[in-house]
Amino acid sequence: MPHLEPDMPRLNISNGTSVTASGCWQVHALALPDVMPALMQQIGSLPEPAEASWDLTGIEALDHIGAQWFWNIWKKKRPRQLALALMQEGHFRRIEQAGELVLPAERRRALSLAQVWHWAARLVHHLFGLTMLIGQLMLDIAQFARQPQRGPWKEISANVFHAGYRALGITALVGFLIGIVLSYLSSQQLHTFGGDIFIVNILGMSIIRELGPLLAAILVAGRSGSSITAQIGVMRVTEELDAMLVMGLPHGFRLIMPKVIALALAMPLLVIWTDAMALLGGMAAAHIELGLSPVYFLQKLPSAVPLANFWIGLGKGLVFGTVIALIACHFGLRIRPNTESLGHGTTISVVTSITLVILADAVFAIVFSGVGFR
Amino acid sequence: MNTVIHPPVIEIEKLWTRFGDHVVHQDLDLSVNQGEILALIGGSGSGKTTLLRQVIGLETPASGSVRVFGQDVGHANSEQMQALRHRWGMLFQHGALFSALTVFDNVALPMRELRSLPEDLIRDAVLQKLHMVGLSPANAQKMPADLSGGMVKRVSLARAIALEPELLFLDEPTAGLDPHLSDSFVELIQSLHQAMRLTVVMVTHDLDTIFALATQIAVLADRRVVVKDTPDKVVTFAHPFIEQYFLGDRGRRALAGMRATGGGSSST
Repeated sequence: MPHLEPDMPRLNISNGTSVTASGCWQVHALALPDVMPALMQQIGSLPEPAEASWDLTGIEALDHIGAQWFWNIWKKKRPRQLALALMQEGHFRRIEQAGELVLPAERRRALSLAQVWHWAARLVHHLFGLTMLIGQLMLDIAQFARQPQRGPWKEISANVFHAGYRALGITALVGFLIGIVLSYLSSQQLHTFGGDIFIVNILGMSIIRELGPLLAAILVAGRSGSSITAQIGVMRVTEELDAMLVMGLPHGFRLIMPKVIALALAMPLLVIWTDAMALLGGMAAAHIELGLSPVYFLQKLPSAVPLANFWIGLGKGLVFGTVIALIACHFGLRIRPNTESLGHGTTISVVTSITLVILADAVFAIVFSGVGFR
Repeated sequence: MNTVIHPPVIEIEKLWTRFGDHVVHQDLDLSVNQGEILALIGGSGSGKTTLLRQVIGLETPASGSVRVFGQDVGHANSEQMQALRHRWGMLFQHGALFSALTVFDNVALPMRELRSLPEDLIRDAVLQKLHMVGLSPANAQKMPADLSGGMVKRVSLARAIALEPELLFLDEPTAGLDPHLSDSFVELIQSLHQAMRLTVVMVTHDLDTIFALATQIAVLADRRVVVKDTPDKVVTFAHPFIEQYFLGDRGRRALAGMRATGGGSSST
């Protein structure tokens, strides 16, 4: 038997059937290292509770967790003979009176047909909610158009500032770098085939038509989409959303529409900005790698990229901005008042809006497959 | 054991608290003895909750010392602080349950953090603690967001007493509960006080709770503790705040109730 300090919980078994306990049977003594393993070793040699006599009067201090330990060892009933001090009696009477407490079985989390059905129902629920949101947005915009002087101008302007102006730095940086990367990659390949001057066509088309809008949209989805969702979610947690309704400030008109309009305005502008920065990066890399002068690059650009591509890019910006704002608001309004839901809602909002942006991009590619090429 | 005179559980000496230029506590002294149920009362902004937070080390006073179980909270190292934290429990005003965990996991968390108790003992002990605060095992799998205000308080109390503390802090224990729930909560704390030989420090505005539960009242006014005594002595103490507090209509009603039931007896 290992050496134990005087106030450690100890069990002493004599003539096979009588057990005396001594020491301190409180949770902090039980939680000391080695105490539990030592007690667990002794369990095997303990007599059956039905024919044993236990003496706990030598215990210095007992608390509910210590008492619960004895109770579990006794298989949840009193042993044949039991000597208790007055204070200890209270603990055991309490446990006894509580009766058997059983934790309800946890629900299985296996993949079943019901689970699939549940997911499908959730998807339908989200589609339904999104449709309602779009419908409400149309009504709000109609109201705004009827009475523009009563519209939420301040909110729109604040949102343009936050989603647009504040995003200029990051979109410029990412756009410039992607422009450099793309230019280096293509120029190496083109150089092998002696088609150096086509770098303008490749960069111009890909950036203005595809990459500029997509890059800006993904950055804005990460930046503004998450912040919109979290903001609306926290407003739910702090009951601000309810306070708005009570004061007669509809969510759609004062909260959602300003964000959608602001992003629909700011995104095309960000697209132009990202295009310009990415082309600048591409131009610089082409100058270094292929010796192509920036002046030639800029002169060649209008003839290499028909203007239609620029308009398609702007249209994409408008659609992507609207999608991001709508998705962010949709998931923000569905956040329930707890921390986990807030984190989960924000994640799913960003993931969904990026996915939908790419989906919309694919739709653009198919619909405008015959436009803007020569 | 009974012959030993216990030192005070909490000793606050010459405590100052400042928020910028605003002085909240000035040379505040307070001591709490073992086994007392102390109600800390005072007007709004008199720094009751701040004082409580300073005692449990969430905030540091501008100057002065706070000793709990003889240990200076301001100068304890992390080990001493951890030892202290095992000896006290706190019921926050809004429960402060971890919303990502179920009721069961919330109560089990302090026990699991000891990292040595077997899981089946934890399970039974948690269910026992929930039973003590009047919750059935059926509630154990619920999330905090699905609970009513009264249940949140109960779960939070179960979590506060999970490690059998000697000292329990209650911040507005009955705020937001209906009268019936308040009464049963008061009874619950009383029975826990007896069963676990707790020392309780509570901040509350509820006069009924004070008179039903408190064995001592400390009145925070004029930036210090003006009086700390048994309820029947405190109510007769001559101070404008106390007169206003206890001798209004509500105060008189609660006082009459206390005298009728003989509650709020003086501490031993």
